[in-house]
Amino acid sequence: MALSFINLKEKVVQVKIVYYGPGRCGKTTNLEYVNRKFRSQIQSEMVSLKTHGDRTLFFDFLPFDMGQIKGYDIKIQLYTVPGQVKYNATRKLVLKGVDGVVFVADAMEKQREKNIRSLNQLHENLLAYKESIFKLPLVIQYNKVDLKDHGVPVLPTSVLRNDLNSRLKVPDFEASAITGYNVAATLKKIISSTVVSIQKKLL
Amino acid sequence: MNYGIVSQEQLEQIDTILSDKLIKLGVDCVIIIDMAGNIITAKDNGESKYDVYSFAALAAGNFATVDAMAKLVGEAEFSLLFHKGQDSNIHFSKVDDELLLISMFGKDISLGFLRLNVVEAIEQIRKVWGSNER
Repeated sequence: MALSFINLKEKVVQVKIVYYGPGRCGKTTNLEYVNRKFRSQIQSEMVSLKTHGDRTLFFDFLPFDMGQIKGYDIKIQLYTVPGQVKYNATRKLVLKGVDGVVFVADAMEKQREKNIRSLNQLHENLLAYKESIFKLPLVIQYNKVDLKDHGVPVLPTSVLRNDLNSRLKVPDFEASAITGYNVAATLKKIISSTVVSIQKKLL
Repeated sequence: MNYGIVSQEQLEQIDTILSDKLIKLGVDCVIIIDMAGNIITAKDNGESKYDVYSFAALAAGNFATVDAMAKLVGEAEFSLLFHKGQDSNIHFSKVDDELLLISMFGKDISLGFLRLNVVEAIEQIRKVWGSNER
């Protein structure tokens, strides 16, 4: 069973949050924005394992300090997975011990199928760890909504919601990782859902 | 007790084992992590300043990758790894299916001597950690 690691001696809780989604949907861009915007809460450099073509090869990692809740230091560990189809073995490895997931969907019309396939694979990958997509804290982000201002065909949020969130019914956000629109809102939501879920497990 | 939570007493016992067996030997820094990349405990000689959180995330990924490679060549596991550098070295050893012990050390310590001590430390840690699962 996944349970974020809790150190009773030093009063530290480590929470693992994974950004998941199809290739080039903007998972790394989300983390890069967080890394710039919340620099004061981040003690170390963002770790990125990339290919020469600047695609994520293994994961990105960004540790993020949340301050204290009930006397415990909350250390949020943000990870991304590699989005490319061929890297599913790696995606699975990164999901080990996950406490919360942000599913980043690509709002571009031509990516519609890829979003659905990626979400289905997330479901299967979680099952391998005996986790359920219906129970794990999850937030969906419809990224790249800014592209419609540049004449790129973008799916209406109602369509994306119907495709991806009609059964899950989790909190969702339109966003633009490149401009930062709703990146922090997405992060805050997943952190609060995850922390609440950990508190429930502890009681 | 649920996996994921260790008691203060257990952690203190583990810290003592790490200090006695490895830090006293001259190891710069020793970390125990779980396979999800969380730090269970970290001890150092008071001088080294490593970014242990990033280190743990990468080490877990590294070990998981090697584990997957083991399966590809028909091995159940490669239970230890060693990275050798110019001035510093890293030794990884599995404690059990969930835990990994990582030692970072300089060129003054011989690998053989370190390995002997790692084996002893792991045996002792297993006893402490095992009391978790009863």
